[in-house]
Amino acid sequence: MAHSSNGQHTSKPRPFPKGRQTPAQARDEIVDLLGESERNKEFLIEYLHLIQDKYKHISAEHLAALASELKLSQAEVYEVATFYHHFDVVKEGETPPPPITVRVCESLPCAIRGAGRLARELGAGLDADRVRIVRAPCMGLCDAAPAVMIGRRQVGSASVESVRAQVDAGLVDIDVPRYPRLQDYRTQKGYAQLEACRAGQRTVEEVIEMLTKAGLRGLGGAGFPTGRKWSLVREHPKPRYLVINADEGEPGTFKDRFYLRSMPHRFLEGMLIAAWAVEADAAYIYLRDEYPDAYHVLQKEIRVLEENDLCPPGYIQLRRGAGAYICGEESAMLESIEGKRGLPRHRPPFAAEVGLFGRPSLIHNVETVTWICSILEKGAKWFIDQGLSGHPGLRSYSVSGRVANPGVRVAPAGISANKLIEICGGMAHGHTFKAYLPGGASGGILPAKLGDLPLDFGTLDEYGCFVGSHAVIILSDKDSMPAVARNLIDFFKKESCGQCTPCRVGCEKALELMRAPKWDQQLLDELSVAMQDASICGLGQAAPNPIRSVQRYFQEEIS
Amino acid sequence: MSRKSKAKSKANGAVQKVIRFSLDGREVEALPGETIWQVAQRHGTSIPHLCWLPEPSYRADGNCRACMVEIGKERVLAASCIRKPESGMEVSTASKRAVSARSMVMELLLADQPPQEQAHDKQSRFWHQAKEMGVTSSRLPARKKKEVPPADFSHGAMAVQLDACIHCNLCVRACREVQVNDVIGMAHRGSEEKIVFDFDDPMGESTCVACGECVQACPTGALMPTSLMNEAGEGARQSERQVDSVCPYCGVGCQITYHINDEKIAWVDGREGPANQNRLCVKGRFGFDYISHKDRLLKPLVRRDGAPSKETLLESPDRSLLMEHFREVSWDEALEAAASGLKNLRDKHGGRSLAGFGSAKCSNEEAFLFQKLVRTGFGSNNVDHCTRLCHASSVAALMETIGTGAVTAPFTAVADSDVIVVIGANPTENHPVAATYFKQAVKRGAKLIVMDPRGQALARHATYMLQFRPGTDVALLNAMMHVIVEEGLHDSQYIQAHTDGFDALRKHLRGCEPETMAQICGIPPNLIRTVAREYARADASIIFWGMGISQHVHGTDNARCLISLALMTGHTGRPGTGLHPLRGQNNVQGASDAGLIPMVFPDYRKLDDAAAKMRLEDLWGKPLDDDPGLTVVEVVHAIHDGDIRGMYILGENPAMSDPDLAHARGALASLEHLVVQDIFPTETALFADVILPATAWPEKEGTVTNTNRQVQLGRTALAAPGDVRADWWITQELARRMGLEWNYDSPADVFAEMKQAMDSLDNITWERLQKESSVTYPCKGDSLAGEDIIFSDGFPTEDGRGRFVPASIVPPDELPDEEYPMVLSTGRQLEHWHTGAMTRRAKQLDAIEPGASVSMAPRDIERLGISAGDRIRITTRRGTIELATRSDPAILEGMLFVPFAYVEAAANLLTNPALDPFGKIPEFKFCAARVEPLSSDAPESLAAG
Repeated sequence: MAHSSNGQHTSKPRPFPKGRQTPAQARDEIVDLLGESERNKEFLIEYLHLIQDKYKHISAEHLAALASELKLSQAEVYEVATFYHHFDVVKEGETPPPPITVRVCESLPCAIRGAGRLARELGAGLDADRVRIVRAPCMGLCDAAPAVMIGRRQVGSASVESVRAQVDAGLVDIDVPRYPRLQDYRTQKGYAQLEACRAGQRTVEEVIEMLTKAGLRGLGGAGFPTGRKWSLVREHPKPRYLVINADEGEPGTFKDRFYLRSMPHRFLEGMLIAAWAVEADAAYIYLRDEYPDAYHVLQKEIRVLEENDLCPPGYIQLRRGAGAYICGEESAMLESIEGKRGLPRHRPPFAAEVGLFGRPSLIHNVETVTWICSILEKGAKWFIDQGLSGHPGLRSYSVSGRVANPGVRVAPAGISANKLIEICGGMAHGHTFKAYLPGGASGGILPAKLGDLPLDFGTLDEYGCFVGSHAVIILSDKDSMPAVARNLIDFFKKESCGQCTPCRVGCEKALELMRAPKWDQQLLDELSVAMQDASICGLGQAAPNPIRSVQRYFQEEIS
Repeated sequence: MSRKSKAKSKANGAVQKVIRFSLDGREVEALPGETIWQVAQRHGTSIPHLCWLPEPSYRADGNCRACMVEIGKERVLAASCIRKPESGMEVSTASKRAVSARSMVMELLLADQPPQEQAHDKQSRFWHQAKEMGVTSSRLPARKKKEVPPADFSHGAMAVQLDACIHCNLCVRACREVQVNDVIGMAHRGSEEKIVFDFDDPMGESTCVACGECVQACPTGALMPTSLMNEAGEGARQSERQVDSVCPYCGVGCQITYHINDEKIAWVDGREGPANQNRLCVKGRFGFDYISHKDRLLKPLVRRDGAPSKETLLESPDRSLLMEHFREVSWDEALEAAASGLKNLRDKHGGRSLAGFGSAKCSNEEAFLFQKLVRTGFGSNNVDHCTRLCHASSVAALMETIGTGAVTAPFTAVADSDVIVVIGANPTENHPVAATYFKQAVKRGAKLIVMDPRGQALARHATYMLQFRPGTDVALLNAMMHVIVEEGLHDSQYIQAHTDGFDALRKHLRGCEPETMAQICGIPPNLIRTVAREYARADASIIFWGMGISQHVHGTDNARCLISLALMTGHTGRPGTGLHPLRGQNNVQGASDAGLIPMVFPDYRKLDDAAAKMRLEDLWGKPLDDDPGLTVVEVVHAIHDGDIRGMYILGENPAMSDPDLAHARGALASLEHLVVQDIFPTETALFADVILPATAWPEKEGTVTNTNRQVQLGRTALAAPGDVRADWWITQELARRMGLEWNYDSPADVFAEMKQAMDSLDNITWERLQKESSVTYPCKGDSLAGEDIIFSDGFPTEDGRGRFVPASIVPPDELPDEEYPMVLSTGRQLEHWHTGAMTRRAKQLDAIEPGASVSMAPRDIERLGISAGDRIRITTRRGTIELATRSDPAILEGMLFVPFAYVEAAANLLTNPALDPFGKIPEFKFCAARVEPLSSDAPESLAAG
């Protein structure tokens, strides 16, 4: 049709307004799923979980319906949904994933135990219409490598046979762990410390004093003195929040999983004491989605606390991560809790001043608060005495790799790798100690000849390493150091949020350069320095550590 | 009082102490809020930057890391664009560490860029930056071919080539924080991170409204105007010359820069004008090629003797028949024919046998000359323009109550508002850049109350969306006022000090309980109460309205209610408060100010104001008529009655824009002499006896006044094509040939005379406009800024008080019945301006909205047994059109919305010419209609003229 004004166009007007329309059925399904409660953009990730859990993927129709239900734009929900690896966004015309997802851990402790071959063989051996194999980062089963997750079920020491058997048996849900319930915990003076605090038998100042004297530090990796952190947060006006970082994602780290599964009330009591100390309006727990068993435990026990008047209903907000290592970075975690992509924030300002929802926030790691009750019960001196000279207290070392008996080892602060190997029953059969990672993927790599260094905050700086979350991965003569470094950089590349150039592009380019049999060391050096100096957060700043360590200690393998 | 003090403290902010720190060894001071980058820039040190765009509304994001600096003993470097200095800080911008980090960042980015010689934008900010830093190649491996994102050419106006994307996020901020259209996102993560539209949809199929803000912000050419690229997707943002001007479309008045190559407009950028701060919409950015459309009138035309009848040309869709009706003539012949025809009728039948329609699309100077010609050359006040069809009722109400014909505050005042009411307006489509400020205000925390029978894009941002029944505005607004008075939320002090007539209004409102009014307007009583409280209690509330308010037989009543709301709560005259009818055309404010109105002289001076009349008679040396002239719709009736015999129409298109077009077109056809001056053979021009080809906006110079009362200068960018002449020149030639001794040399001359006739232009001079581009009136001194917010100490009425005028409920003129069960409403679309004369001839705008459609509720389409997109016939008591359906959940069931820009299905064949008694504005927003499906294989038919 030509019209009188123009005469050149032939296309018809659009039958709908611009862009994707939301089908009525999808809208009804989303309204049903979200229920009657008030819509809150902050819950975007929780809503995405609801859809993913129910439909095993997130269709474009559902995503569009969710956007309009939340009065968000399509781009706003899409960018969040696609940031997190546990959401499968399926666009019109695409095939949804099969009903069962098997995630095979490819992080270092599992990789050196044959995870790569396992993934390949599983891929070849399972019915692709029913099961898909996804390579995934560390899932906190490093002491039972190689690890997989079948649906929500965590499976250690996996083999093709064991995975196939469990898939065939339909074992895709969690194994509920055994742990002391509230009444058990109560019989061991559980919640007595919290109640003493709340009853005024202890003042906040006393508690801060005690923790400071005990030398308790943040055990998520940064090691910031706990007492001082509380004082700092208390300097800023209310409302304030407490946030627990239970997004334990550093490859090789599994201590928090251990505490959450085995002594949830010890953790919860410590958390509530911290919340009490900063007079938090609410306590948020951000738990990684790789730990569905811990989620189950916490969800259940938080309800028990509410029922027993140990905290008001809704005071503890349990939030689920969705598959993103970067959300263990505390400011990225805050973004994620707010329902956004997990991009680390610029600092200053720090979370103590501008944290969750812009309010002063106290952020703690799981293990850190789990120690609080013991210190209050037994005193600062007891705690100090548990450590080695100059290294007060106890630490939970996640030991994995080439040792005979890997696992969480509660040991004195400042213990050495050699000692930890001994505690773990020595090296695995047929392996000779060659190197170790003192602090997970980001803490650098040290040679066996430095196996006697005390493992504590600050002790490894001069060696270009740090202890971080105390994840000690032991390597042997069977492990190629360039391959190890590539595995680590590949991990950072996949887990980089992508926000800043040095990390997003740097990891990618570094990995390419490291594929050469002979590294371009000058260029890698310059790149590493730029990444360390110019990345926004700790991920990018620490990502080149493995490169630098290999250059420093294992020259012969790269030149 | 508390309100005032609060507003004041808001404006001043807390006193901040000066920060002194060391910058490259030099002691410097930071202004409050400044970043290191800004301080350095101010001190002459330019730090490289990519993701930082030092332009209004662009937040620093600190992601590209090209601006790293070293700070004292800090462990890592800091992004200077986002880091604020602290006292005693030692900042080094040039340390080896900082420089090498910045270079490595550029090297990393450069590794994946298409080579500069094949760049999408060879002159991009990225390449300039790289050159300045001396980074011209990269030692790092480029990504693999399969990892390079493919190009997306799905949008006609903009090309997306993400192979050049550096993930700087500027387009996301442009789309989400500056324009708040929320189409662009950064999806996925890490090296897979990707700029997406909606759900990673092709841009052309997304919800993108093509404002082009992202294109203007992109530092690499990953987003580029297609007009600047060759088929391989290579190009350069480079222009031979640039001319600053104003956008010719809506009343927002965005300032623009034309970039000109080969004497053509290559592209247009937004400029930092007071109303747009660099922002534009799709029309202002991509809608300029109409000026070189093949239909452009390039020679004067005179109707051939014995030409076929006038209507036949309209029935034939092809303008190629034009020359069967007209012949090209010299300017002399055309002007003689035009003037003598008018002169003869004047001399034979008197001045009142002639009428003129000027244009709100032309300049103030042209409007002023036009009305001067009618008043002194024709000898009557029969001069009007499209304000009659848009805000005449608003102006009537404003004049009557607060003595002004303009807004009390600019739309940018929302930056200080706590509550924003938008009623009967769809600003994201019709005032897109104004809407960006509303959306930004919501992001900042202001509450937005949208009231409109039709849903709209702004609803997503609204705190409250009230979709009331069409035509029940007064019921809804009276109920709100009832709540305010009943609950004592009115501002007694303000009412006492500044208003008159409150008691009568209070009495009038007694019967307007929300429960009763809810029956009429369909909004639950509690919601009415809530929004009334929100509006009244807020520290600063502001009201915006559009033609959903004005285009009703009760349009003046609607506006009176809004004014009463503001007066009773004291929400005018302070920052963040006010009354703002969003004016439609680029110069509807200015054209009205200049006197293109039949019942007032320039500056709204009443015809019976002896002093005003004498002043003009002295200035012009001609006696003036005392009696009001006829308005637009009245002129049409008067033609049919034989009272008006000849017309001069400049840039108006009543053959599309008048209600009941069959009647209006019949009138035009029956005129004895019709002179049309335009840039295209518009539907109206087809009825002309003489057609005079005029310059398009980019070809002329002149001032226009936007909805904010900002007088802005449009500058000539291009030479006039063919035999085309400026409107002011043509009007002057006609005036001379009608016996007037005019002798203007330029628009500046005319402006000088306007200043003698219009006090509103005090302290605004041509020279000042040349320098400043924009000055707001009223302006109290030649070196002072004009006043944005007016009436803080009373109103320009005789007693200085604002007047409450109670409004009773008047139903729409034509209610639905069994025969015509649906309600038809008309209006505009984002892409098409007014009757489409310009925009339908702009390639990109036409591509986005190529044809007529009626928007309907999905369920109504279902009920007709058809699918979205199928064609239907709409019939009213006045006419019939056939067009495609558009299924739109924003439309209430029982309603039809038809844009009036499409001649092939002209909405105004259907509309009701019933008038508001005060503003004489027709009821475009409501008439009864019926619809029927057309069988899909029926030939597509054109509407009968």
